[in-house]
Amino acid sequence: MNIYIYIFRRLLYVIPVLLGVCLIIYVLFNLVSPDPTMIMLGKHATAEQMAELRHELGLDRSWLLQYFDVVKSAFTFDFGRSYSTKQLISEMIMQGAIPSLTLTIPGFVLATMIAISISLLVSFYRGKFLDKSIVFLCVTMVSISSLAYILFGQWFFAYKLGVFEISGYEYGFPYFIPYVLLPILIWVLLSVGPDVRFYRTIILDEIYQDYVRTARAKGLGETTILFKHVLKNAMIPIITYLVIQIPFLILGALLLESFFGIPGLGGITLTAINSSDFPVIKAMAILSAVAYIIFSVITDVLYTLVDPRVRLS
Amino acid sequence: METIQATLPAAQQETVQKSKSLWQHAFGSLIKDKMALTALLVVVIYAVVAILTGLGLVAGDWAVEVGTSYEAPSWSHIFGTDIFGRSVLAKTIKGAEIAMSIGLSTAILSMIIGVFFGAIAGYFGGKVDEIIVWFYTTFSSIPSIMLLVSITFILGKGLLAVYLALGLTSWVSLCRLIRGEVIRHKDREYVQAAGAIGGGHARKLFIHILPNVLHIVIINFSLQFQIAIKSEVILSYLGLGVQGRPSWGTMIDDAKLELARGVWWQLAAATLAMLFIVLAFNLLGDALRDALDPKLKGK
Repeated sequence: MNIYIYIFRRLLYVIPVLLGVCLIIYVLFNLVSPDPTMIMLGKHATAEQMAELRHELGLDRSWLLQYFDVVKSAFTFDFGRSYSTKQLISEMIMQGAIPSLTLTIPGFVLATMIAISISLLVSFYRGKFLDKSIVFLCVTMVSISSLAYILFGQWFFAYKLGVFEISGYEYGFPYFIPYVLLPILIWVLLSVGPDVRFYRTIILDEIYQDYVRTARAKGLGETTILFKHVLKNAMIPIITYLVIQIPFLILGALLLESFFGIPGLGGITLTAINSSDFPVIKAMAILSAVAYIIFSVITDVLYTLVDPRVRLS
Repeated sequence: METIQATLPAAQQETVQKSKSLWQHAFGSLIKDKMALTALLVVVIYAVVAILTGLGLVAGDWAVEVGTSYEAPSWSHIFGTDIFGRSVLAKTIKGAEIAMSIGLSTAILSMIIGVFFGAIAGYFGGKVDEIIVWFYTTFSSIPSIMLLVSITFILGKGLLAVYLALGLTSWVSLCRLIRGEVIRHKDREYVQAAGAIGGGHARKLFIHILPNVLHIVIINFSLQFQIAIKSEVILSYLGLGVQGRPSWGTMIDDAKLELARGVWWQLAAATLAMLFIVLAFNLLGDALRDALDPKLKGK
């Protein structure tokens, strides 16, 4: 199949998926969820007040129009206003994206670099004591609740030792750094465990391939094989794994942001969840779904561009 | 051939004549794996504790005040007491019941949904496949936290909502895997043979194909079990967790107010209790994968 046709078809498939996402969000938040006017007006609201507010929010219109609103917001990014703060949601998102990224990008880059280095090291010593103990350590780290890391880290390093800021944020380049250092450190601790396990499996999958045996038979050294042959081939699943994580970086880190008082998208989402702020929850769900869909298309296209084997079949 | 066999000792002859099935091989390698056996033992202990607390035989008195508020760990109360003077150790043991029931129900629910949709999508292909693939692609595009939140909005708070919310959001990965495996298997000769002797779709799918993809289901089961136990903590933090009964999630969540007062024992007890069971399921999952995945044989 021609590669351009493939990419075109892959792009076309975005439309039904996006419509489906809007349908699920519409069903969950417009159809089956409790009446938002009841939450907004409290228990003592009269039926009249509720009907008025429902009209104001456009909730008394036909279901098709309401569904169309959801679809429209997915394309225009016009999500209306928050129920609780009355702020424009698109503005909230623009403001929240930067604090989120100042935490997630450094965390992501650091964790990836550390995890790939460790997994190359353990693959080199595969089956030996070092490999086994690092894998066991990673599994143990994965088995601890992420909330426990955050609670302990904040209490011990920021509160007890006073090495880092406990919580808060300042906008602007060098000013935000002291506030994000500890969250980044915890992010790295949280991601290194699962990442090393994933990369190690990928690298070991390649090490047992025939071409590695050939390279070894040619008399190449283990290091050359690992870096020049194995890593090159393992790059494809590694890149896929990395690209598919990017939408989650934009969305921020829910727990970390709320614990460290970072005014990012993760924090906004959690506040919205706690106050049943449906438009904001819907907006974040749509935003993350759109980001996820776009990046999975990018992954698929990258895959075909990088790997000639995929293109041929 | 006869002369060779005649010279072989009796025990060796046995191995020449009989070949083991995949399950016998897997069982054999699991038995030899000390780590896997330890993990299995831990799972069994937790399951027994959960059943005993469920029956009220152990930690039935968790709600009784045994001391003053926030007593530090001592010999009489190994993990100290909580805000109401209740024993943290008893609460932790009682929490095993909630954790194991959440793990089990989530793993079973996601297994049923995942296997059912994955199997029919892979087996029938065509329009059925397209619709199911579209559905799970769509479903997995929405972050699971939003789905969890909306499901608890609909069902209200409580244990049932937690079971359903976690179960209904965790089937996609298994569904994908099963679909792929069934597609690989459905045109194989043994399935054609089953069709040739008059087996219908249901027979071919459930009696012939599914046993061959069962290893994926088992590995996934142990994976989902521990993910659910960990997710309960996040749900508790969001205020959507278990109400009115001690769970590890609520205990860890309580620590956000306690740590500043120097009360670390509730966090420590719940985290440790969770660490061992989640670690055991992780190790067991890895051991099962090594033992059951035919592709990994000989590595």
